[in-house]
Amino acid sequence: MEIPYTTAARPDTGLTNPKLGIWLFLASEVMLFGSLFSSYALLRAGAPTWPDQSSIVNVPLATFNTVVLIASSVTMVMAWASVAPHAATAWHGNDAITTAALRRFRLYMGLTLLCGAVFLVVKGIEYGDKFSHHRYPWTSNFLGLYFTMTGLHAIHVIAGMIVNAFFIGPGTRMWRSDPQRFANRIEVTGIYWHFVDVVWIFLFPVLYLL
Amino acid sequence: MTRDIAAQVRGYLMVFGALLVLTMVTVGVSYLDLSEAETVVVALTIATVKASLVALFFMHLKGERPMVKWPLALTAFLFVGLLVSVLYSEADHLFGARFQDSFQSIGD
Repeated sequence: MEIPYTTAARPDTGLTNPKLGIWLFLASEVMLFGSLFSSYALLRAGAPTWPDQSSIVNVPLATFNTVVLIASSVTMVMAWASVAPHAATAWHGNDAITTAALRRFRLYMGLTLLCGAVFLVVKGIEYGDKFSHHRYPWTSNFLGLYFTMTGLHAIHVIAGMIVNAFFIGPGTRMWRSDPQRFANRIEVTGIYWHFVDVVWIFLFPVLYLL
Repeated sequence: MTRDIAAQVRGYLMVFGALLVLTMVTVGVSYLDLSEAETVVVALTIATVKASLVALFFMHLKGERPMVKWPLALTAFLFVGLLVSVLYSEADHLFGARFQDSFQSIGD
């Protein structure tokens, strides 16, 4: 069975189905993270005292991670820009351009994966540092929120990396068989990845700077 | 076609630069001796600008169809509603005696 409207826009929505699907999924994700952000607001506003967060967390490491994640968003959008313009003409005897586009795509997608891995390693270092100071999720309300929110975010990074890895590897076959659909898949994957970046853009000031 | 892409890529790099500058600004501001309320407003304003840049340019929300924009607008409304309702329940802590007094004066 063929999935409808993967490359052509559905007349009533004006969108391809994957595009509408990813945005509806992200809307639900906004509310998932929204429940955690509002829990943070409730617990902090109601607390008689709140620790100086920047004395518990590592601001320089988190700043570095912010830059890494923003860079990964740029490489992700560059990966899409490598294939998207050639999708319409790919594989119409234009071999060299099609292959060069895929090579550029793989380079940028590889850099995106690398940035994701660096982010997770730095996050792991931060967690290890907390544990070595006997700071656990059950130690305080702040640490409970810190581990829950950054942990859920890290799971999203891992999920995105699995999808990105698929598109560097076996997923690239579609670039030969159905280039437009492949480019659309990369755009939709990118929209998810940028959302993970957006969540971090809010987590960083809330958990580290306020 | 190639020139369009070059312009697009230049745009992405400019957004990248803006995001880096805003990251440095928000970290820098956190070292200033601002009140808690000022810190919250400045940090969240900068975060919102950064998130908007990512959404508009990287996620192609700029020029996207209404079928994407309307459900997102509804989501944003519900998200803000959730936060406001939570903060309202703690208004006496957040805004101090002013709120408490107004209720007490009713009791008096």
